[in-house]
Amino acid sequence: MDLTSINPVLLIASLMVSATPILLAAMGEMVVEKSGVLNLGVEGMMITGAITGFAIAVNTGSPALGFIAAAAGAAMLALAFGILTQFLLSNQVATGLGLTLVGLGLSSLIGKPYEGIKSPTLPRLDLGPLSDIPVLGRMLFSHDIMVYFSLALVAAVWAVLKFTRAGLVLRAVGESHDAAHALGYKVVRVRLLAILFGGACAGLGGAYLSLVRVPQWTEGMTAGAGWIALAIVVFASWRAGRVLVGAYLFGGITVLQLNLQAAGAQVPVALLSASPYLITILVLVIISVRGVHGAPASLGRPFHASH
Amino acid sequence: MIALEKRPQPSQAWTWATPVLAVLLTMLVGGLMFAALGTPPVEAIRTIFWDPLFNPQFASYSRPQLLVKAGPLILIAIGLSLGFRAGIWNIGAEGQYIMGAVCGAAVGLAFYPAESVLIFPLMVVAGALGGWAWAMIPGLLKVKFGTNEILVSLMLVYVAESVLASVSSGLLKNPDGMGFPGSRNLKQYPSGANPELIAGTGMHWGVVAAFIVVILAYVLLTRHVLGFHIKLSGAAPRAARFAGVNPARMILFCLGTAGALAGMAGLFEVSGPAGQITIDFNSGYGFTAIIVAFLGRLHPVGILLAGLLMALTYIGGELAQLMLGLPGAAIQLFQGMLLFFLLATDVLTNYRVRLSNKAKGTV
Repeated sequence: MDLTSINPVLLIASLMVSATPILLAAMGEMVVEKSGVLNLGVEGMMITGAITGFAIAVNTGSPALGFIAAAAGAAMLALAFGILTQFLLSNQVATGLGLTLVGLGLSSLIGKPYEGIKSPTLPRLDLGPLSDIPVLGRMLFSHDIMVYFSLALVAAVWAVLKFTRAGLVLRAVGESHDAAHALGYKVVRVRLLAILFGGACAGLGGAYLSLVRVPQWTEGMTAGAGWIALAIVVFASWRAGRVLVGAYLFGGITVLQLNLQAAGAQVPVALLSASPYLITILVLVIISVRGVHGAPASLGRPFHASH
Repeated sequence: MIALEKRPQPSQAWTWATPVLAVLLTMLVGGLMFAALGTPPVEAIRTIFWDPLFNPQFASYSRPQLLVKAGPLILIAIGLSLGFRAGIWNIGAEGQYIMGAVCGAAVGLAFYPAESVLIFPLMVVAGALGGWAWAMIPGLLKVKFGTNEILVSLMLVYVAESVLASVSSGLLKNPDGMGFPGSRNLKQYPSGANPELIAGTGMHWGVVAAFIVVILAYVLLTRHVLGFHIKLSGAAPRAARFAGVNPARMILFCLGTAGALAGMAGLFEVSGPAGQITIDFNSGYGFTAIIVAFLGRLHPVGILLAGLLMALTYIGGELAQLMLGLPGAAIQLFQGMLLFFLLATDVLTNYRVRLSNKAKGTV
């Protein structure tokens, strides 16, 4: 094995790219869970976003339109989840699972004609002098706009949740929907908006996979990324900053694993390709040993004004 | 204004009417979807639900397939339903199914080419143990550390797929297979094969096991204290604790049973209809079984019927693919929609819909 073939600068640069889809999806899901709703359909919304974005980008030649369509498409799917769980008061766990199954079926149905096509991809953003800094420039400042958008999203979500009235209402609804309702906040409306936001974010994450990271469409291409995003929210104890740390840690593991495979490490390929999932389990165990802190108190509980 | 009023108790009539309503809604919306895909909707629905059973041209082939496909679905869904009733969400049945197939096939292949009547029963036990052990991972982690079983059991599906890919081109590869990945074909090994028991029916040992498990589950849930405890744990966890139900043992029992049944389903499939371990041996039964469990109202008899219906959509879907050129994924979406409509109509079971003039008290 030749470890010297692994370039740390490129490793960090590709880490940021590989973490972005999960970061986007996890940020969206964190907001959803902060409002007290558990949407297990992230995987389904991500893959729907991946194919919607891919199809629109291929047909219009514009990746930007692709991303917008991905966000809208996944948000539509999230809306179905919202109607079922908020108005028809269905079980959130079962509905989330159903959403994943529907999303997987829908995406492979839409995706059939798009297999094997290359999509237009996002250009690298030219940050002028920043990109020319010797090592750091290549590492941090030579990415496409979505990488920076995802970082800005983390900052925005953190700030909104911490400093604004809207963030306070969202958290109140998630902590105690009865109290929030008694204070006159529209619990269902707040939650629906959060669910739509979560869907749009998952869609963007999926589109980043199919338009930038791979960039191609293959059936089932998210390969559990949505579920890993769910795990990262737990890992992060529902805090925006830690979601970033979790997603980048996970991106790092994925990239390192691919690099080790390429460098011909003396480890079975099956173990390496299973390593992201094994590590996710390990992280979940470590978190639960420490005790899960910070889960919104109303998480997963249905709300009906008559209760 | 439409208002929802909570029923004191879930409506018995609606409990059984909503699955039928959901199927009808799925046919309606599915028909619209087929029309959008350029397939005549009525013909598509007829091809999926009617032709496999009654069309003289196809029925002789399709009818046996009904039991072949329903067997594993029912077996897995019964196991899942116990957990779902107790509020334990094992969604990694697909992984347990794979591990059961791998372990069971490994035992059978280890004895190759010896012949004995004991080999097949031993394979069944190994398959059940394989699935059980795989389900014990989320079970023990949940009991010991409180780790979320939903995420762990799902992550293990991907791990099991890696194991499957590894053994089918390594440990269990057919030495006489000229380098192609995939194990020996168990159908050509009489002691390890799970043949059709009655020619032309599709009945194999897995289907027999599914029927027995339906009866056992029915007895467990209606006549045994353990079944009562399972239902109690789901409906009122605190009350269950006071009644002396040990939550840790409940989790291990439910996950273990589901895993063992999924593992057995995997073994019956690999030694029967599939014949061999290959990279793409698993076909999503573990996930479809979730829909079967809900569609069957988590009730053994309901699951039996739901399993048969879902098997019909598989066979009808294949037929529609062949005859009408309907994409295979359309059926997957169709099945997903079924679960969605079921969950949506379930509101009628738990709530009364009132038309009132007052806007107060609405959502």
